[in-house]
Amino acid sequence: MAEKKKLNLAIYWAGACGGCDVSILDTDEKILDIAAAADIKFWPIAMDYKVSDVEALKDNELDVTLFNGAVRNSEQLHLAQLLRKKSKILISYGSCAYLGGIPGLANFSNKEAILERVYKTSESVETNGGAVYPSPKSKVPEGEVEIPELHDYVKALHQVVDVDYFLPGCPPTTDLINLAVNAIITGKLPPKGAVIAADKNLCDSCKRKKTEEKSVKRFYRPHEIIPDNERCLLEQGILCMGPATRGGCGARCIEANMPCRGCFGPAPGVEDMGAKMLAAAASVIDARTPEEAASITATLPDVAGTFYRFNLPVSLLRRAK
Amino acid sequence: MAEEFEPRIVAFLCRWCSYTGADLAGTSRIKYPANVVPIKVMCSGRVDPTFILKSFADGADGVLVCGCHPGDCHYNEGNYNMQKRVPMIKDMLKGFGIEGERFRLDWVSAAEGDKFAEVVTEMTDEVRKLGPLNWKEIKEAVK
Repeated sequence: MAEKKKLNLAIYWAGACGGCDVSILDTDEKILDIAAAADIKFWPIAMDYKVSDVEALKDNELDVTLFNGAVRNSEQLHLAQLLRKKSKILISYGSCAYLGGIPGLANFSNKEAILERVYKTSESVETNGGAVYPSPKSKVPEGEVEIPELHDYVKALHQVVDVDYFLPGCPPTTDLINLAVNAIITGKLPPKGAVIAADKNLCDSCKRKKTEEKSVKRFYRPHEIIPDNERCLLEQGILCMGPATRGGCGARCIEANMPCRGCFGPAPGVEDMGAKMLAAAASVIDARTPEEAASITATLPDVAGTFYRFNLPVSLLRRAK
Repeated sequence: MAEEFEPRIVAFLCRWCSYTGADLAGTSRIKYPANVVPIKVMCSGRVDPTFILKSFADGADGVLVCGCHPGDCHYNEGNYNMQKRVPMIKDMLKGFGIEGERFRLDWVSAAEGDKFAEVVTEMTDEVRKLGPLNWKEIKEAVK
Protein backbone atom coordinates (compact mmCIF):
# COMPACT_ATOMS: atom_id res chain seq x y z
CA MET A 1 0.00 0.00 0.00
CA ALA A 2 1.38 3.37 -0.95
CA GLU A 3 2.18 5.53 2.01
CA LYS A 4 -0.42 8.21 2.61
CA LYS A 5 0.85 11.72 1.99
CA LYS A 6 1.83 13.41 5.23
CA LEU A 7 0.01 16.54 6.34
CA ASN A 8 1.93 19.79 6.53
CA LEU A 9 1.46 21.22 10.00
CA ALA A 10 2.38 24.57 11.55
CA ILE A 11 2.06 25.60 15.17
CA TYR A 12 2.40 29.22 16.16
CA TRP A 13 2.18 31.25 19.34
CA ALA A 14 1.16 34.87 19.44
CA GLY A 15 0.10 36.68 22.65
CA ALA A 16 0.26 33.58 24.83
CA CYS A 17 2.13 32.07 27.75
CA GLY A 18 3.44 28.95 26.04
CA GLY A 19 1.06 26.63 27.86
CA CYS A 20 -0.76 25.82 24.64
CA ASP A 21 2.46 24.59 23.05
CA VAL A 22 3.16 22.50 26.10
CA SER A 23 -0.36 21.04 25.88
CA ILE A 24 0.53 19.59 22.48
CA LEU A 25 3.52 17.82 24.04
CA ASP A 26 1.19 16.73 26.85
CA THR A 27 -0.59 14.38 24.48
CA ASP A 28 2.11 11.86 25.56
CA GLU A 29 2.37 8.91 23.20
CA LYS A 30 -0.25 10.45 20.88
CA ILE A 31 2.41 12.96 19.86
CA LEU A 32 3.88 10.05 17.86
CA ASP A 33 0.61 9.78 15.91
CA ILE A 34 0.89 13.45 15.15
CA ALA A 35 4.52 13.02 14.07
CA ALA A 36 3.59 10.00 11.94
CA ALA A 37 0.76 11.83 10.21
CA ALA A 38 2.31 15.24 9.84
CA ASP A 39 5.45 17.03 8.80
CA ILE A 40 5.90 19.97 11.10
CA LYS A 41 6.83 22.94 8.94
CA PHE A 42 6.90 25.66 11.58
CA TRP A 43 6.88 25.56 15.39
CA PRO A 44 8.94 28.35 16.96
CA ILE A 45 8.89 26.94 20.49
CA ALA A 46 10.29 23.55 19.46
CA MET A 47 11.96 23.74 16.07
CA ASP A 48 14.38 26.00 14.28
CA TYR A 49 12.33 27.28 11.37
CA LYS A 50 12.22 30.96 10.53
CA VAL A 51 9.42 33.21 9.35
CA SER A 52 11.18 33.32 5.96
CA ASP A 53 10.57 29.56 5.70
CA VAL A 54 6.85 30.20 6.04
CA GLU A 55 7.02 33.06 3.54
CA ALA A 56 8.70 30.68 1.07
CA LEU A 57 5.74 28.25 1.20
CA LYS A 58 3.10 28.29 -1.52
CA ASP A 59 -0.38 29.53 -0.61
CA ASN A 60 -2.42 26.78 1.06
CA GLU A 61 0.67 24.56 1.26
CA LEU A 62 0.10 24.05 4.98
CA ASP A 63 -2.75 21.63 5.59
CA VAL A 64 -3.34 22.70 9.17
CA THR A 65 -2.12 25.55 11.38
CA LEU A 66 -2.72 25.55 15.11
CA PHE A 67 -2.57 29.18 16.14
CA ASN A 68 -2.50 29.94 19.85
CA GLY A 69 -2.40 33.31 21.58
CA ALA A 70 -4.18 36.62 21.20
CA VAL A 71 -3.22 39.25 18.63
CA ARG A 72 -1.90 42.43 20.21
CA ASN A 73 1.11 43.59 18.21
CA SER A 74 2.18 44.12 14.62
CA GLU A 75 4.27 40.95 14.46
CA GLN A 76 1.43 38.75 15.69
CA LEU A 77 -0.94 40.33 13.17
CA HIS A 78 1.55 39.76 10.37
CA LEU A 79 2.01 36.09 11.32
CA ALA A 80 -1.76 35.59 11.62
CA GLN A 81 -2.28 36.98 8.12
CA LEU A 82 0.69 35.08 6.72
CA LEU A 83 -0.32 31.75 8.22
CA ARG A 84 -3.92 32.25 7.09
CA LYS A 85 -2.68 32.67 3.53
CA LYS A 86 -0.48 29.60 3.70
CA SER A 87 -2.98 27.29 5.42
CA LYS A 88 -5.92 25.27 4.21
CA ILE A 89 -7.27 24.94 7.75
CA LEU A 90 -6.57 27.51 10.45
CA ILE A 91 -7.49 26.44 13.96
CA SER A 92 -7.83 29.01 16.71
CA TYR A 93 -6.14 27.04 19.47
CA GLY A 94 -6.69 27.81 23.14
CA SER A 95 -8.60 30.52 25.00
CA CYS A 96 -6.34 33.43 23.98
CA ALA A 97 -6.74 32.86 20.24
CA TYR A 98 -10.42 31.96 20.63
CA LEU A 99 -11.53 34.68 23.08
CA GLY A 100 -8.61 37.00 23.72
CA GLY A 101 -7.88 35.11 26.93
CA ILE A 102 -6.10 36.47 29.97
CA PRO A 103 -4.15 39.00 27.82
CA GLY A 104 -7.57 40.27 26.72
CA LEU A 105 -8.07 41.74 30.19
CA ALA A 106 -5.71 44.49 28.97
CA ASN A 107 -8.77 45.89 27.16
CA PHE A 108 -9.94 47.20 30.54
CA SER A 109 -6.98 49.55 30.11
CA ASN A 110 -5.22 50.85 26.99
CA LYS A 111 -1.81 50.92 25.40
CA GLU A 112 -0.66 54.24 26.84
CA ALA A 113 -1.77 53.43 30.38
CA ILE A 114 -0.15 49.98 30.26
CA LEU A 115 3.20 51.25 28.94
CA GLU A 116 3.12 54.14 31.42
CA ARG A 117 2.60 51.72 34.30
CA VAL A 118 5.11 49.11 33.20
CA TYR A 119 7.95 51.38 32.09
CA LYS A 120 7.46 54.51 34.19
CA THR A 121 5.42 54.31 37.36
CA SER A 122 5.97 50.72 38.51
CA GLU A 123 7.64 50.73 41.92
CA SER A 124 10.18 48.08 40.98
CA VAL A 125 11.40 49.54 37.71
CA GLU A 126 14.49 51.71 37.31
CA THR A 127 13.11 54.18 34.80
CA ASN A 128 16.33 55.95 33.95
CA GLY A 129 14.35 59.15 33.77
CA GLY A 130 11.94 57.57 31.29
CA ALA A 131 14.75 56.64 28.89
CA VAL A 132 13.71 52.98 28.76
CA TYR A 133 10.46 53.07 26.87
CA PRO A 134 9.57 50.81 23.97
CA SER A 135 9.22 52.38 20.58
CA PRO A 136 8.94 50.48 17.28
CA LYS A 137 12.22 51.93 16.09
CA SER A 138 15.14 53.04 18.19
CA LYS A 139 18.69 54.06 17.54
CA VAL A 140 21.56 52.22 19.23
CA PRO A 141 25.30 52.66 18.53
CA GLU A 142 25.20 49.69 16.16
CA GLY A 143 22.34 51.11 14.07
CA GLU A 144 18.55 51.08 14.11
CA VAL A 145 16.61 48.41 15.99
CA GLU A 146 13.05 47.52 15.11
CA ILE A 147 10.61 45.82 17.46
CA PRO A 148 6.93 44.96 16.92
CA GLU A 149 4.50 47.75 17.71
CA LEU A 150 2.03 47.15 20.51
CA HIS A 151 -1.59 47.62 19.42
CA ASP A 152 -4.09 49.73 21.34
CA TYR A 153 -6.27 46.71 22.09
CA VAL A 154 -6.09 42.92 22.30
CA LYS A 155 -8.04 40.93 19.73
CA ALA A 156 -8.99 37.31 19.28
CA LEU A 157 -7.65 35.56 16.17
CA HIS A 158 -10.99 35.50 14.33
CA GLN A 159 -11.25 39.27 14.77
CA VAL A 160 -8.26 39.72 12.47
CA VAL A 161 -8.40 36.76 10.04
CA ASP A 162 -10.87 34.10 8.93
CA VAL A 163 -10.74 31.04 11.21
CA ASP A 164 -11.98 27.52 10.39
CA TYR A 165 -12.26 25.89 13.82
CA PHE A 166 -11.96 26.79 17.46
CA LEU A 167 -10.35 24.60 20.09
CA PRO A 168 -11.01 26.19 23.49
CA GLY A 169 -9.24 25.75 26.80
CA CYS A 170 -6.46 27.22 28.86
CA PRO A 171 -4.88 25.07 27.58
CA PRO A 172 -7.05 22.70 25.49
CA THR A 173 -7.37 19.31 27.14
CA THR A 174 -5.55 16.26 25.80
CA ASP A 175 -8.86 14.54 24.98
CA LEU A 176 -10.03 17.41 22.79
CA ILE A 177 -6.63 17.73 21.11
CA ASN A 178 -6.77 14.02 20.26
CA LEU A 179 -10.32 14.43 19.00
CA ALA A 180 -9.24 17.29 16.76
CA VAL A 181 -6.11 15.49 15.57
CA ASN A 182 -8.10 12.37 14.70
CA ALA A 183 -10.67 14.44 12.85
CA ILE A 184 -7.91 16.07 10.82
CA ILE A 185 -6.06 12.82 10.11
CA THR A 186 -9.21 10.98 9.05
CA GLY A 187 -10.61 14.00 7.21
CA LYS A 188 -13.87 13.81 9.17
CA LEU A 189 -14.11 17.50 9.90
CA PRO A 190 -17.06 19.32 11.44
CA PRO A 191 -18.71 22.25 9.65
CA LYS A 192 -16.63 25.40 9.41
CA GLY A 193 -16.75 27.61 12.49
CA ALA A 194 -17.34 24.71 14.88
CA VAL A 195 -16.08 24.94 18.44
CA ILE A 196 -14.50 21.61 19.25
CA ALA A 197 -16.03 20.99 22.69
CA ALA A 198 -19.43 20.20 24.22
CA ASP A 199 -22.69 21.75 23.01
CA LYS A 200 -23.97 22.45 26.51
CA ASN A 201 -22.76 24.39 29.50
CA LEU A 202 -20.44 22.99 32.11
CA CYS A 203 -23.20 22.57 34.75
CA ASP A 204 -24.85 20.09 32.40
CA SER A 205 -21.98 17.64 32.93
CA CYS A 206 -21.16 18.59 36.54
CA LYS A 207 -21.77 15.86 39.09
CA ARG A 208 -22.25 18.18 42.04
CA LYS A 209 -25.64 18.43 43.73
CA LYS A 210 -27.76 21.51 43.28
CA THR A 211 -30.25 22.31 45.99
CA GLU A 212 -31.86 25.38 44.40
CA GLU A 213 -31.28 27.01 47.78
CA LYS A 214 -30.42 30.69 47.42
CA SER A 215 -28.61 31.30 50.66
CA VAL A 216 -25.29 32.94 49.77
CA LYS A 217 -24.56 35.71 52.28
CA ARG A 218 -21.05 36.38 51.01
CA PHE A 219 -18.74 35.20 48.24
CA TYR A 220 -15.55 33.33 49.01
CA ARG A 221 -12.33 33.09 47.08
CA PRO A 222 -11.13 29.48 46.85
CA HIS A 223 -8.52 29.87 49.61
CA GLU A 224 -11.01 31.35 52.07
CA ILE A 225 -13.23 28.31 52.50
CA ILE A 226 -13.06 24.54 52.61
CA PRO A 227 -15.86 23.58 50.23
CA ASP A 228 -18.33 20.74 50.54
CA ASN A 229 -17.14 18.09 48.06
CA GLU A 230 -20.63 17.17 46.94
CA ARG A 231 -22.50 20.44 46.66
CA CYS A 232 -22.63 23.00 43.84
CA LEU A 233 -19.73 25.42 44.38
CA LEU A 234 -21.72 28.48 43.34
CA GLU A 235 -24.38 27.71 45.93
CA GLN A 236 -21.60 27.64 48.53
CA GLY A 237 -20.59 31.18 47.55
CA ILE A 238 -17.55 30.17 45.51
CA LEU A 239 -17.77 31.95 42.19
CA CYS A 240 -17.91 29.09 39.69
CA MET A 241 -18.33 30.18 36.06
CA GLY A 242 -19.94 26.87 35.07
CA PRO A 243 -23.41 28.25 34.26
CA ALA A 244 -22.08 30.57 31.54
CA THR A 245 -19.24 28.36 30.30
CA ARG A 246 -19.13 25.78 27.54
CA GLY A 247 -18.55 22.25 28.76
CA GLY A 248 -16.36 19.56 27.26
CA CYS A 249 -13.34 20.06 29.48
CA GLY A 250 -14.15 17.07 31.67
CA ALA A 251 -14.82 19.33 34.68
CA ARG A 252 -11.39 18.63 36.14
CA CYS A 253 -11.15 21.87 38.09
CA ILE A 254 -14.54 21.18 39.66
CA GLU A 255 -13.49 17.67 40.63
CA ALA A 256 -10.48 19.14 42.41
CA ASN A 257 -12.78 21.52 44.35
CA MET A 258 -11.69 24.48 42.27
CA PRO A 259 -14.36 26.66 40.68
CA CYS A 260 -14.59 27.00 36.91
CA ARG A 261 -12.81 30.12 35.64
CA GLY A 262 -14.52 30.10 32.28
CA CYS A 263 -11.63 29.23 29.97
CA PHE A 264 -13.84 27.32 27.51
CA GLY A 265 -15.68 30.52 26.68
CA PRO A 266 -19.39 31.22 26.43
CA ALA A 267 -21.79 28.29 26.39
CA PRO A 268 -23.76 27.90 23.15
CA GLY A 269 -26.48 30.57 22.98
CA VAL A 270 -24.68 32.86 25.42
CA GLU A 271 -24.06 36.20 23.77
CA ASP A 272 -22.13 37.82 26.57
CA MET A 273 -20.44 35.59 29.10
CA GLY A 274 -20.00 38.27 31.74
CA ALA A 275 -23.66 39.25 31.65
CA LYS A 276 -24.81 35.65 31.79
CA MET A 277 -22.51 34.90 34.69
CA LEU A 278 -23.70 38.01 36.48
CA ALA A 279 -27.28 36.77 36.27
CA ALA A 280 -26.24 33.36 37.62
CA ALA A 281 -24.15 34.80 40.47
CA ALA A 282 -26.88 37.23 41.49
CA SER A 283 -29.43 34.42 41.51
CA VAL A 284 -27.77 32.54 44.37
CA ILE A 285 -27.48 35.43 46.80
CA ASP A 286 -29.94 35.85 49.63
CA ALA A 287 -30.85 39.54 49.67
CA ARG A 288 -34.20 41.26 50.12
CA THR A 289 -32.99 44.85 50.13
CA PRO A 290 -30.65 46.86 47.87
CA GLU A 291 -28.31 47.36 50.86
CA GLU A 292 -28.02 43.61 51.47
CA ALA A 293 -27.36 42.97 47.79
CA ALA A 294 -24.68 45.67 47.80
CA SER A 295 -22.90 44.28 50.85
CA ILE A 296 -22.85 40.75 49.40
CA THR A 297 -21.61 42.07 46.05
CA ALA A 298 -18.84 43.91 47.90
CA THR A 299 -17.34 40.50 48.77
CA LEU A 300 -16.59 40.00 45.06
CA PRO A 301 -13.27 41.80 44.60
CA ASP A 302 -13.41 42.44 40.84
CA VAL A 303 -16.76 41.83 39.17
CA ALA A 304 -15.82 42.86 35.62
CA GLY A 305 -12.39 41.22 35.68
CA THR A 306 -13.77 37.98 37.09
CA PHE A 307 -16.76 37.61 34.79
CA TYR A 308 -14.72 38.54 31.70
CA ARG A 309 -11.55 36.74 32.75
CA PHE A 310 -11.01 35.01 29.39
CA ASN A 311 -13.43 36.67 27.02
CA LEU A 312 -13.33 40.46 27.19
CA PRO A 313 -12.32 41.12 23.53
CA VAL A 314 -15.27 39.03 22.26
CA SER A 315 -17.82 40.40 24.76
CA LEU A 316 -20.60 42.81 23.77
CA LEU A 317 -18.74 45.88 25.01
CA ARG A 318 -15.26 44.55 24.06
CA ARG A 319 -13.21 47.13 25.94
CA ALA A 320 -13.39 49.86 28.55
CA LYS A 321 -14.00 53.48 27.67
CA MET B 1 -22.45 72.79 20.52
CA ALA B 2 -25.49 74.72 19.34
CA GLU B 3 -28.03 72.03 20.09
CA GLU B 4 -28.44 70.44 23.47
CA PHE B 5 -27.45 66.78 23.61
CA GLU B 6 -30.53 64.54 23.66
CA PRO B 7 -29.70 61.22 25.32
CA ARG B 8 -31.21 57.96 24.13
CA ILE B 9 -32.48 55.92 27.04
CA VAL B 10 -33.76 52.38 26.66
CA ALA B 11 -36.47 51.63 29.23
CA PHE B 12 -37.44 48.04 30.01
CA LEU B 13 -40.89 48.21 31.57
CA CYS B 14 -42.69 45.32 33.22
CA ARG B 15 -46.03 44.71 31.53
CA TRP B 16 -48.04 44.39 34.75
CA CYS B 17 -47.12 47.60 36.57
CA SER B 18 -44.64 49.93 34.92
CA TYR B 19 -45.74 49.72 31.31
CA THR B 20 -49.29 50.40 32.49
CA GLY B 21 -47.89 53.23 34.61
CA ALA B 22 -46.23 54.69 31.52
CA ASP B 23 -49.52 54.29 29.69
CA LEU B 24 -51.29 56.15 32.47
CA ALA B 25 -48.76 58.96 32.19
CA GLY B 26 -49.72 59.19 28.53
CA THR B 27 -53.50 59.01 28.93
CA SER B 28 -53.27 61.53 31.80
CA ARG B 29 -51.30 63.81 29.47
CA ILE B 30 -48.43 64.14 31.91
CA LYS B 31 -45.43 65.61 30.13
CA TYR B 32 -42.12 63.80 30.24
CA PRO B 33 -39.02 63.88 28.02
CA ALA B 34 -39.28 61.96 24.76
CA ASN B 35 -35.83 60.44 25.30
CA VAL B 36 -36.97 57.02 26.44
CA VAL B 37 -37.49 54.09 24.12
CA PRO B 38 -39.88 51.85 26.06
CA ILE B 39 -39.64 48.08 25.69
CA LYS B 40 -42.38 45.96 27.24
CA VAL B 41 -41.11 42.90 29.11
CA MET B 42 -43.08 40.36 31.12
CA CYS B 43 -41.26 41.18 34.35
CA SER B 44 -38.34 43.32 35.53
CA GLY B 45 -36.74 40.00 36.52
CA ARG B 46 -36.83 39.03 32.84
CA VAL B 47 -34.31 41.75 32.05
CA ASP B 48 -31.22 39.66 31.50
CA PRO B 49 -28.03 41.70 32.12
CA THR B 50 -27.23 40.87 28.49
CA PHE B 51 -30.11 43.17 27.41
CA ILE B 52 -28.59 46.03 29.37
CA LEU B 53 -25.08 45.56 27.94
CA LYS B 54 -26.49 45.11 24.45
CA SER B 55 -28.38 48.39 24.77
CA PHE B 56 -25.17 50.20 25.68
CA ALA B 57 -23.16 48.36 23.03
CA ASP B 58 -25.68 49.36 20.35
CA GLY B 59 -25.74 53.04 21.23
CA ALA B 60 -27.92 53.72 24.29
CA ASP B 61 -26.73 56.50 26.59
CA GLY B 62 -28.70 55.13 29.52
CA VAL B 63 -30.76 52.09 30.49
CA LEU B 64 -33.78 52.23 32.77
CA VAL B 65 -35.53 49.20 34.22
CA CYS B 66 -38.90 49.62 35.93
CA GLY B 67 -40.90 46.97 37.72
CA CYS B 68 -43.64 46.48 40.30
CA HIS B 69 -42.95 47.64 43.84
CA PRO B 70 -41.33 45.04 46.14
CA GLY B 71 -44.06 42.67 47.27
CA ASP B 72 -46.26 43.48 44.26
CA CYS B 73 -44.58 41.33 41.62
CA HIS B 74 -47.05 39.37 39.49
CA TYR B 75 -44.60 36.45 39.74
CA ASN B 76 -43.89 37.05 43.43
CA GLU B 77 -40.08 37.23 43.20
CA GLY B 78 -39.12 38.67 39.80
CA ASN B 79 -38.47 42.22 40.95
CA TYR B 80 -36.38 40.96 43.89
CA ASN B 81 -34.30 38.97 41.40
CA MET B 82 -33.63 42.12 39.41
CA GLN B 83 -32.84 44.07 42.57
CA LYS B 84 -30.17 41.52 43.51
CA ARG B 85 -28.36 42.11 40.20
CA VAL B 86 -28.16 45.89 40.46
CA PRO B 87 -24.96 46.29 42.55
CA MET B 88 -23.16 43.74 40.35
CA ILE B 89 -24.33 45.48 37.19
CA LYS B 90 -23.11 48.84 38.52
CA ASP B 91 -19.75 47.29 39.47
CA MET B 92 -19.42 45.71 36.08
CA LEU B 93 -20.28 48.93 34.24
CA LYS B 94 -17.69 50.72 36.37
CA GLY B 95 -15.09 48.26 35.07
CA PHE B 96 -15.91 49.44 31.57
CA GLY B 97 -15.80 53.11 32.57
CA ILE B 98 -19.58 53.51 32.31
CA GLU B 99 -20.99 55.80 35.02
CA GLY B 100 -23.43 54.17 37.46
CA GLU B 101 -26.02 56.90 36.76
CA ARG B 102 -26.46 55.55 33.27
CA PHE B 103 -28.27 52.54 34.69
CA ARG B 104 -31.25 52.78 36.99
CA LEU B 105 -33.79 50.42 38.51
CA ASP B 106 -36.95 51.91 39.92
CA TRP B 107 -40.43 50.81 40.93
CA VAL B 108 -43.47 52.23 39.17
CA SER B 109 -46.93 50.83 39.84
CA ALA B 110 -49.81 50.88 37.35
CA ALA B 111 -51.27 53.84 39.27
CA GLU B 112 -48.08 55.92 39.23
CA GLY B 113 -48.11 57.75 35.92
CA ASP B 114 -46.73 60.80 37.68
CA LYS B 115 -43.88 58.81 39.19
CA PHE B 116 -42.98 57.35 35.80
CA ALA B 117 -42.74 60.87 34.38
CA GLU B 118 -40.63 61.92 37.37
CA VAL B 119 -38.19 59.00 37.04
CA VAL B 120 -37.78 59.55 33.31
CA THR B 121 -37.26 63.29 33.76
CA GLU B 122 -34.65 62.78 36.48
CA MET B 123 -32.78 60.16 34.54
CA THR B 124 -32.83 62.13 31.29
CA ASP B 125 -31.37 65.14 33.10
CA GLU B 126 -28.65 63.05 34.72
CA VAL B 127 -27.64 61.31 31.52
CA ARG B 128 -27.74 64.58 29.62
CA LYS B 129 -25.24 65.99 32.10
CA LEU B 130 -22.96 62.96 31.57
CA GLY B 131 -22.98 63.43 27.81
CA PRO B 132 -23.08 60.90 24.99
CA LEU B 133 -21.64 57.41 25.45
CA ASN B 134 -21.10 56.42 21.78
CA TRP B 135 -20.25 52.79 22.52
CA LYS B 136 -20.77 51.83 18.89
CA GLU B 137 -17.60 53.76 18.11
CA ILE B 138 -15.75 52.59 21.21
CA LYS B 139 -16.26 48.91 20.43
CA GLU B 140 -15.19 49.40 16.80
CA ALA B 141 -11.59 49.60 18.05
CA VAL B 142 -11.77 45.87 18.79
CA LYS B 143 -13.40 44.24 15.83
